[in-house]
Amino acid sequence: MSYAPEVRERLERDAKEIIGRYPKSRSALLPLLHLVQSEDGYVSDDGHEFCAEMLGLSKAEVVGVSTFYTMYKRKPAGDYHVGVCINALCAVMGGDEIWEELSQHTGVGHDETTPDGKVSLERLECNAACDFAPVMMVNWEFFDNQTPESAKQLVDDLRDGKDVRPTRGPKRLCTFKEASRVLAGLPDDLAGEGPSAAGASLEGLKVAKANGWKAPEA
Amino acid sequence: MSTTLTPVLTASWDRPDSFTIDGYGPYEAAKKALGMDPDAVIQAVKDSGLRGRGGAGFPTGMKWGFIPQGDGKPHYLVVNADESEPGTCKDIPLMMANPHSLVEGVIITSYAIRANHAFIYVRGEVLHVIRRLHAAVREAYEKGYLGTDIFGSGYDLELVVHSGAGAYICGEETALLDSLEGFRGQPRLKPPFPAVAGLYASPTVVNNVESVASVPSIIANGADWFAGMGTEKSKGFGIFSLSGHVTRPGQYEAPLGITLRELLDMAGGVREGHQIKFWTPGGSSTPIFTDEHLDVPLDFEAVGAKGSMLGTRALQIFDETTCVVRTVLRWTEFYAHESCGKCTPCREGTYWLKQVLKRLEAGQGTEEDLSTITDIADNILGRSFCALGDGATSPIHSSVKYFREEYLKHFEVGGCPFDPKKSTVWGDR
Repeated sequence: MSYAPEVRERLERDAKEIIGRYPKSRSALLPLLHLVQSEDGYVSDDGHEFCAEMLGLSKAEVVGVSTFYTMYKRKPAGDYHVGVCINALCAVMGGDEIWEELSQHTGVGHDETTPDGKVSLERLECNAACDFAPVMMVNWEFFDNQTPESAKQLVDDLRDGKDVRPTRGPKRLCTFKEASRVLAGLPDDLAGEGPSAAGASLEGLKVAKANGWKAPEA
Repeated sequence: MSTTLTPVLTASWDRPDSFTIDGYGPYEAAKKALGMDPDAVIQAVKDSGLRGRGGAGFPTGMKWGFIPQGDGKPHYLVVNADESEPGTCKDIPLMMANPHSLVEGVIITSYAIRANHAFIYVRGEVLHVIRRLHAAVREAYEKGYLGTDIFGSGYDLELVVHSGAGAYICGEETALLDSLEGFRGQPRLKPPFPAVAGLYASPTVVNNVESVASVPSIIANGADWFAGMGTEKSKGFGIFSLSGHVTRPGQYEAPLGITLRELLDMAGGVREGHQIKFWTPGGSSTPIFTDEHLDVPLDFEAVGAKGSMLGTRALQIFDETTCVVRTVLRWTEFYAHESCGKCTPCREGTYWLKQVLKRLEAGQGTEEDLSTITDIADNILGRSFCALGDGATSPIHSSVKYFREEYLKHFEVGGCPFDPKKSTVWGDR
């Protein structure tokens, strides 16, 4: 199987734009893997083949790279890929409990997808939001300060097609495929949505302002 | 007088438009820099005393000075925005709220090292941050701050935002370069250093986000202004990230040399009814500290003198409800998961550390296991290409040093003596 001609044409157009940004074409490999993931919801055999052809690499070279990186999925991810941080600090703050309950609630484990194809789960390593622990991510948007209850509600809402908003992010949640396209370097128009910063990010600044503390004048 | 906060990079974060070019303002520092001799820009950063904010603390201006000039090769700037060290959470909110400080810093840095092509290698798992970076770069192009003949100076610069794909190891600068070249992210043997043979074997500067974002303020306000903050050898300000069992975790921008006691005072202390047990000064790769270290000035020298490292100023606070063995096991599982597999001591060592620690946590270990884990750690430390393996040994050595009794307790009682529910955010409710 390979891509339908109109799909292939569209992917080629995107791929050429991406490749054109780099002094050497092979640098476009990671973005192209994100691009094919935006088409298929995972890096498919066709996806590997496409990247290899576009960059003049062997398929083995492409597979060797894609399998190194955890964000490239080897089987279809759910429309909503849900991660629970289980690195030390989030685990201690409640991430372990969230993971246990969520996994039980959905009936799927790490790197598995619900039968309706809506939600996949992943045990995440640190996602650089430790001041919002315990942290979850959906399609790589932040869901801060979670509890087992909020986590289960979140996944239920996702499966029921209800509106779900990230804590610090746009007003609507992209699908996994749409998110992959942004990662490929083809951004959507949602950058302006959501706060500059929120919650814990602002605690230091609040303390400084309350005390009239500033950096010295030049 | 006690130390106070000095918001510079974080000062605008409470403005709803801080991430837009209108909210940030014209790139006055870049304009000023492009009117200077590139070597004078390097000198200003050297004079400021700015040291790398990504953990290692190498003097930034000196790094730039290592780039050979007049060598006929293209030069590159690569911003390391692959923030993934457990506990570290400063660059991500910085790029979300204030991406233009980074883009302006990229222009100044690239000009100083004579690079016409720069990259921001950002970890892939932060979608909205990536959108903000793309938008900031696009705005800068539209204003003519990127592209050709910037500010009429004749200087050209292209800037590409490049998303990673989930690999902690790509925060290591040479692994990052391999990844950016389209390979598996595995570290290179140094030398040659990136300054000589970096991206595409050309002279390359790899700098952390916060380092580069600090540069416009140095150019705008002067090296003396920056050097007036901080301590003798650790100058300037930095973002301190408080997380864990703290009343108000968050980002606190302060001069280097502030203490955890001072920061905890500002953050409302350890969560109510509890006491600090252990903490990391700069992420999981820096040996843990305890309550005896609350007054250690958080600068490169003082933290080093007490046997740890300033790292990324990622202050993860754990109170007395936390099991140190469990915490160390989880960090160790992280290192085993993220080891790229290139060097045997790190690949095999982290794997075996994980096995033995699991046994210890389950209360099925023996006192001999403590010698085994420290022995394994000794055989990883300094024996791999990069610092990932070294980092994996930090929690092992430091936890056995400060909490040997707690390890012993596990096999005395035949299990973990702690209730994990008590350490959760809702454990007290």
